[in-house]
Amino acid sequence: MSNAIKEPIAPPIPGPAGKLIVWVDARFPLMSLWKDHLSEYYAPKNFNFWYYFGALSMLVLVMQIVTGIFLTMNYKPDAKTAFASVEYIMRDVQWGWLIRYMHSTGASLFFLVVYLHMMRGLLYGSYRKPRELLWIFGCMIYLALMAEAFFGYLLPWGQMSYWGAQVIINLFAAVPIIGPDLAIWIRGDFNVGDATLNRFFAFHVIAIPLVLLGLVAAHIMALHEVGSNNPDGIEIKKNIDPTTGTPRDGIPFHPYYTVKDIVGVVVFLALFSAIVFFAPEMGGYFLEAQNFVQADPLQTPAHIAPVWYFTPFYAMLRAVPSFLGSQFWGVAVMGAATLILFALPWLDRGNVRSIRYRGPLHKRFLAAFVISFLVLGYLGVVPTTVWGQLPKALPLIGGDDLATWVARVLTIVYFSFFVLMPWYTKKDIPNEKPEPTRVTY
Amino acid sequence: MRTMIRSILVATGVCLGALASGGTLAAGGTKVHLDNPHINLKDEASLQRGARTFVTNCLNCHQAQFMRWGHLTQIGLTEDQIKANLMFNPDAKFSDYMTGSLDAKDAKAWLGNVPPDLTLVARVRGSDWLYTFLRSYYVDPLAPSGWNNAVFLNTAMPHVLHDLQGAMAKVVVGEKESHGKKEVVTKLVMERTGTMNPQQYDLYVRDLVNYLTFMAEPVRVKRTQMGVVVLLFLVVAFFAALIVKREYWKDVK
Repeated sequence: MSNAIKEPIAPPIPGPAGKLIVWVDARFPLMSLWKDHLSEYYAPKNFNFWYYFGALSMLVLVMQIVTGIFLTMNYKPDAKTAFASVEYIMRDVQWGWLIRYMHSTGASLFFLVVYLHMMRGLLYGSYRKPRELLWIFGCMIYLALMAEAFFGYLLPWGQMSYWGAQVIINLFAAVPIIGPDLAIWIRGDFNVGDATLNRFFAFHVIAIPLVLLGLVAAHIMALHEVGSNNPDGIEIKKNIDPTTGTPRDGIPFHPYYTVKDIVGVVVFLALFSAIVFFAPEMGGYFLEAQNFVQADPLQTPAHIAPVWYFTPFYAMLRAVPSFLGSQFWGVAVMGAATLILFALPWLDRGNVRSIRYRGPLHKRFLAAFVISFLVLGYLGVVPTTVWGQLPKALPLIGGDDLATWVARVLTIVYFSFFVLMPWYTKKDIPNEKPEPTRVTY
Repeated sequence: MRTMIRSILVATGVCLGALASGGTLAAGGTKVHLDNPHINLKDEASLQRGARTFVTNCLNCHQAQFMRWGHLTQIGLTEDQIKANLMFNPDAKFSDYMTGSLDAKDAKAWLGNVPPDLTLVARVRGSDWLYTFLRSYYVDPLAPSGWNNAVFLNTAMPHVLHDLQGAMAKVVVGEKESHGKKEVVTKLVMERTGTMNPQQYDLYVRDLVNYLTFMAEPVRVKRTQMGVVVLLFLVVAFFAALIVKREYWKDVK
């Protein structure tokens, strides 16, 4: 970016291809991009299992975009024909069934890899200074992804699409004062209908994907600015080899991590293909049985549950009782549960980053958090009556659904991981183990 | 770390176990045992018998508005065979969808309900449910059609196949205690035999359910066959990728 005239590079490979690279590089930062982000981006050499999921998220993103483009070629965003057009894709379009199953499976697996990617951040303290902004971009990607999934889920126009959207939009109606008008504004109608489907299509295929791509670019730029964290949570940049000027514990991303990630990609694709080819409905958790019935505004399904990746938050929503005659509190708790992630870098007061060197309190809180997230996820799929009722003899809570109370307790556990973090991370400092100076490899 | 992983694994196991144990609830909220028809989507003769049953008994009250007649070639029938034996409407084209002739308003007046489209019914209900449902009709003088169903209580659909199966009655066979309450145990008993014996009728329904399962996802057999090839390819690709990775990583110390 200097004002000096750029010196032409020597051809990196012989022959006309090398000449072309020289020609392009004189006009575009080709080699410097390649070096900065791949061949001379030094990543810690001790990445483990958890470090596959960033690259896999990128893979799924690309796959969703490509399959999505092909789906839009035959999908019709019209309440009268949307459901039939999906069946047309499944039956009459060449390879349409494969593209559709890849897209529907990809949606679920996108959340799976993103959840594991976020878990990695929690385990090794990847959100801590200087990676706060990197973490925030990641949280924004997660929010955009939830919006993308929500808008996309309406498009097949099945019963669950319709009633799921109805339930979620009605959450906004619980906002005080402006709620009812807000819900109408979102739907574009008094009920979920053709207008809703049209705008959701617009959001799903262009608006949110643009936001997502922008955020992913920002996420990667921020990552490559500060460098990758690692399972030991120590900075490899603090230990530079003076002869080479590169980190002693770092290796170039390309070729080392490109060849390693390809192994991860193949394993992931095997799991992905096993679902696409042998269990595309995944027992009703990826494609719900009720969604094979065309949307019917006059017939509410007996049990409306969101897709699995939303159920922890849905369980919280159901667990929060109405207060002062308003349902808004549940919505507020659900929103807070996602937004509180943004605060994480400033809640952690520990001296070490990685779980390997943390004290026992932090480990217990993290384990309780993960368990609460998983059990809330389960409770969000099933009716609140699943575990029966509490004994009538109990004061105050007697006769209530047991699962509702478990969900309430777990909601508190979920939030205490964040709210109490400044306290327990500080208290844990004397019990932290010393960090090594070099990564464990 | 290890205790954490262990506790997380246990929690995941509990959740998955609970998810897998879910049974089917009948409309009344009681659990109904569903029989497995052991369908075989590669059995073309069975699919063809099922298609005939579907066209002669289900179609017209029900429709299959997302299924084309032409797709029946996937169960080993030729265009001429389909036209001659299954397409009763002379105006229908081979590429047309399998739509019915029952007017929705009439259906509402006669049956109280518009019969649901059956293209995807096997994906909505599952083949076990359909198989058990079609074999669980019993005479109920209080029901509008005179028929009720043990799997789908108060269904609007009458027992279309009763001349084949015969008529069953729900009889009380005893009582049992559950959760401190006494419950009546009932059983369906054949009252009047039909033209088929129970084994013949079960096979007849099985063929129909086989066909309905095919119709809900015609590509299913091809899908699983392709899946085997794709997974085999990925196994080979895995070892190739692993060898390349090991070669490159040899010098990382």
